[in-house]
Amino acid sequence: MTAAAHAKLRSAQARKVREFVTPEGVDLQLRIASSGLRLGALVVDFVIINLALLLFTLLMVWIGFAVKGGVAEVVWMLGAFVLRTFWFIGFELGSRAATPGKRMMGIRVVARDGGRLTADAVVARNLIRELELFLPLMMLGVGAAEDMVSGWTLLAGVIWSLTLSLFLLFNRDRMRMGDLIAGTWVVMAERAKLDSDIAAEAEAGAIRFTDAELAVYGIYELQELERILRARDPRAMREVADTIRTKIGRPVAEEDDVFLLSYYRQLKGRLERALLFGKRREDKYASD
Amino acid sequence: MQPVSAAELPAFSTSRFRAEREADWIAFDLLLTRLERKGAAALTSDELLQLPILYRATLSSLSIARATSLDKALLGHLEALSIRGYFLVYGVRETRASRLRRFFRYDWPAAVRAVWKETLIIALVIVLGALTSYALVASNPEWYYNFVPEEMSGGRDPHATVDYLRSTLGHGKAAAGEQSSGLHVFATYLFTHNSQVSILSFALGFAFGVPTMMLEYYQGIGLGAMLALFSGKGLGVDFGGWLFIHGTTELFAAALSGAAGLRIGAAVVFPGARGRLEAAADAGRTAGKVMIGVILMLLVAGVLEGFGRQLITDTMLRYAIGTVMLLFWLAYYYIPRREDVA
Repeated sequence: MTAAAHAKLRSAQARKVREFVTPEGVDLQLRIASSGLRLGALVVDFVIINLALLLFTLLMVWIGFAVKGGVAEVVWMLGAFVLRTFWFIGFELGSRAATPGKRMMGIRVVARDGGRLTADAVVARNLIRELELFLPLMMLGVGAAEDMVSGWTLLAGVIWSLTLSLFLLFNRDRMRMGDLIAGTWVVMAERAKLDSDIAAEAEAGAIRFTDAELAVYGIYELQELERILRARDPRAMREVADTIRTKIGRPVAEEDDVFLLSYYRQLKGRLERALLFGKRREDKYASD
Repeated sequence: MQPVSAAELPAFSTSRFRAEREADWIAFDLLLTRLERKGAAALTSDELLQLPILYRATLSSLSIARATSLDKALLGHLEALSIRGYFLVYGVRETRASRLRRFFRYDWPAAVRAVWKETLIIALVIVLGALTSYALVASNPEWYYNFVPEEMSGGRDPHATVDYLRSTLGHGKAAAGEQSSGLHVFATYLFTHNSQVSILSFALGFAFGVPTMMLEYYQGIGLGAMLALFSGKGLGVDFGGWLFIHGTTELFAAALSGAAGLRIGAAVVFPGARGRLEAAADAGRTAGKVMIGVILMLLVAGVLEGFGRQLITDTMLRYAIGTVMLLFWLAYYYIPRREDVA
């Protein structure tokens, strides 16, 4: 990758980050959830809803045989209605503001103005969903039922309704029509486990690198190295260790993981010290 | 200058920073997990007092870590923990019960009051639709077929006999026997169907309110055509009662759902001094409250339609119930009251 490609990647990531300052004055830097994650969450929710509906239907059929008088039918209709309309609303009103699908994808709903996510906003964003999901289907259904509608009219109708449904692809905040109207965002909210501090352990017989040897990399490379070290994949470690050795001109003398860990610790120490003096070297292309 | 090895320099240690503060983060994480699972009731008062302290400690750690640490795992964890903490600490302010009470006492009527202009417009649109089709069908019954689709009319068309029409209103012999057994099924069906239509008419509002108005106009047209048919056969008063018992609630709800949609459409077209997005979000919240109310009203209408209408066949009594319901809704929504103080 060239320097320009790096800069482009970073600005692409920065474009997904939204300033979100808490009353304490800390910017939480929320990241907008991607459309793929949104679709994934929707699919998961749909599968769960339909499974629940299937089980519920079987239960009601079974009860329907036992009890006369249409009680089961009433319960089924009400149940299906409640499930379909209030599945999203109910879960998003909870403290995690996410349906099971959203939880699985690690995303949640938040109010765009940084305030509390209110019940009316959740209701509004989810009632609009009815339209976004079912209008294209309805267009198809109506078109197919009535022969007088020509193929082209049908196509135009479906495309028109799809622009509503796919609205989130056309704005950079990835807002659905419902998000727009309810004043909400869907942002990343994964849980990150606190991994052990790999720079912490005392170094016995560590390899010493000179300043010149450490000066070849920046923060981006440091954090990539951290990822490799945490993943503990021997093949990847070998490849990275060889690259670094060639770059700084060292012979293969130690185990890969010992070499990489020492290099990581000293590079981190060096870059963090520069950070304390207000110098942030983003990647190896930036000046030291 | 002699090059110095990095390891020889005195280290400001982000590891030490982490070792000092880690206990707080773990405690906060555990507290949040319990709060998410079981709610505030699961925490003792000591723990509740700890919550904001730990939250602020975590935020402060995040600020320091961002300025000094390059450990991505650490930064990621602190960021995720702070985000989780922020939404829990600032999210929960009242119990579900008090939120519910406030909705019924203040929020719902206030939201309906706020859309009174839109409600009037939609009501006029429905009346206009009814008048149009009434005039057309009254002058030439053949128009009826254009307005009411066959599967919906169920034999209620200009060629039907007076007796048959009367029977569909729940008078005479034909109605009583077969229908009473399926009443609750019928009521439930009506409720779910009407709710879906209302949600649609609300959701269509953002397209500048035009589809909403068309949908409401169409509702009026069906109504007017039926009215013309029945009054043409001298059954106008009876049909009125048949319609009135639940119609006051149902049509009111339909008008409100249309009004909620129109509100959003109007906010998008005429945002006023605010930005368009902000205006839409504002209108959306008001409309959301109205829509919860609409679904509740339709539940009442479904019960009145399914049970009340089939069991009560006296026309005057039907009118009385319909009027009482209408007065009840009007009083609930529009009688001025003290504003919400909370």
